[in-house]
Amino acid sequence: MKPVFITANNIISPLGFTSEDNIIQIEKDKSGIVLQDNIGALPCYASIINDELLNSAFKQIGSPESYTKLEKMMMLSLQDTIMKTDFSISDRTALVIATTKGNIDVLNTKTSNFSPDRAYISILGEKIRNFFGFDNEPIIISNACVSGILSVAVAKRLIQNNFYDNAFIVAGDIVSEFTLSGFQSFQAISEKPCKPYSKHRNGITIGEAAAAVAITNQNNSKHSIQIIGDGSHNDANHISGPSRDGEGLFLSIQSAMEEAEIAPSNIDYISAHGTATLYNDEMETIAFNRAKLENVPLNSLKGYYGHTLGASGLLESIIGLHSMKNNMLYTSLGMDELGVSMPLNVIQKKKKAEIKVCLKTASGFGGSNTAVLFKKLTLEK
Amino acid sequence: MKNNLNIVAYCSIKNHVVALNGIPLITKDHDLTFSEFSKEVYKELKMDYSKFFKMDDQCKLAILISEILFNHIKIDSKNKENIAIVLSNRSASLNTDRKYQETISNKENYYPSPAVFVYTLPNITIGEICIKHKIKGENVFFVSEAFNATLLKQYASCLFQNKKSKQILCGWIDFDDDQYQAFLYLVSEHGNRKFNQKSIKKIYNENIWMH
Repeated sequence: MKPVFITANNIISPLGFTSEDNIIQIEKDKSGIVLQDNIGALPCYASIINDELLNSAFKQIGSPESYTKLEKMMMLSLQDTIMKTDFSISDRTALVIATTKGNIDVLNTKTSNFSPDRAYISILGEKIRNFFGFDNEPIIISNACVSGILSVAVAKRLIQNNFYDNAFIVAGDIVSEFTLSGFQSFQAISEKPCKPYSKHRNGITIGEAAAAVAITNQNNSKHSIQIIGDGSHNDANHISGPSRDGEGLFLSIQSAMEEAEIAPSNIDYISAHGTATLYNDEMETIAFNRAKLENVPLNSLKGYYGHTLGASGLLESIIGLHSMKNNMLYTSLGMDELGVSMPLNVIQKKKKAEIKVCLKTASGFGGSNTAVLFKKLTLEK
Repeated sequence: MKNNLNIVAYCSIKNHVVALNGIPLITKDHDLTFSEFSKEVYKELKMDYSKFFKMDDQCKLAILISEILFNHIKIDSKNKENIAIVLSNRSASLNTDRKYQETISNKENYYPSPAVFVYTLPNITIGEICIKHKIKGENVFFVSEAFNATLLKQYASCLFQNKKSKQILCGWIDFDDDQYQAFLYLVSEHGNRKFNQKSIKKIYNENIWMH
């Protein structure tokens, strides 16, 4: 099978509009989560992109009035990634789009200036395709909270099997009253900024972001990251509750490791999902222990961004890539006292460490789970 | 790259007709609402699955069509566990999204329900099939403007070539504004119908548009 590499990337978040700006903030343990008083019925913590900053950045490439907030975020993210990529868009380039809820805010006709039909995700896909002039129909993945990381596996598999030579992936989701009220109805929202894996955790904090990457079968840079394995398995247990034995996540990790032909001891860092609900973090802990990964340094980035739904898996993979390049294990923000039933090596304070192999995982509603393995290659001169 | 995948069987539900391998299996009165129609099909299949009645319409459609297909294809539980599911549609979960939006639109009558909210994700259809049939294989849900035979074929080939799964359940399950279409097919090495873009498109068109 052809090797597939992940190259240029971008993050649009409250912490910055490039991956590098985001990393600068993460190095300072700075979070995008602040108290908001205009989303739902009551004030709550969330990580939200400032509209004025977004519009002023978007003006460089298009008319802010013509596009929804999510479209602007995703287009800006893709624009920066395309600019930084050494291949150009051709009929062998896939456009892969990942989102959990798309333009869901347009369903509220009292607040939205756009037609409710804009909620069709295929319309969002066409807007992005036409904006950049992609030849191919977009490949859109809407698979709950694993969408972002699953899109990496999908693009890699299509390129490996020679259906495409390269791909641009863009993932995004916004904070809306729709999702906030839904998680509130589940009593899943934390009163304070979320605290993944902590004894004091009591739910998620929501956030919004867009992220984009370029994926290619050509390896032109001296330091490159290869996608070496993936898996996406179902728990077959419950549509909203995390599995008790972590089965789907365990199977996903096993599948990725078998493909990559590596042992647990070869993994240097795990970028986990860590939503900070009681049951999710416990489920992940069980799966990581079953996979003999309990000693591998691990973090959840939800303390910086909140849960950005379909964007989270791609956004967190990008931070993972920069962790590998910088050989830095970043703080799992919000972690104080471990509050899960089995051992887990949560990174309490950022530190230098050689990272050659990174495991990214995510889990979501519908019993979905995904694991992807990344490997850093350093070519001889 | 060559693979030897074939279509094992296919099923469709549209316009009050359930067809298996292109032959009508159950036909109901066109005046029935989807709720009435789905209940009659459920009874006819002699199902005993109380969770069915808690589901949204799109998941009901997914459960009925997968039940018919798995009644027809006998697979032992070990092989069934590893089946991959690749589903797609146009409307994601918009039919239920609109219903959920109604529960939060009016501040005087604000009643967001977790039982509705959980169905505001298209891949819940995959989750429900997995629970019903104890399937723990690969999953993905694609959204496209129209049925994309090429993408489903390519991705099924990827799952097979990458040794992720030997049997792949693919299809289109869409419920939008009370219009519904479901089309599901299983591919593996053991089928007897040719598996390529043309053959999928042909059986999709025959089943979705002809009756």
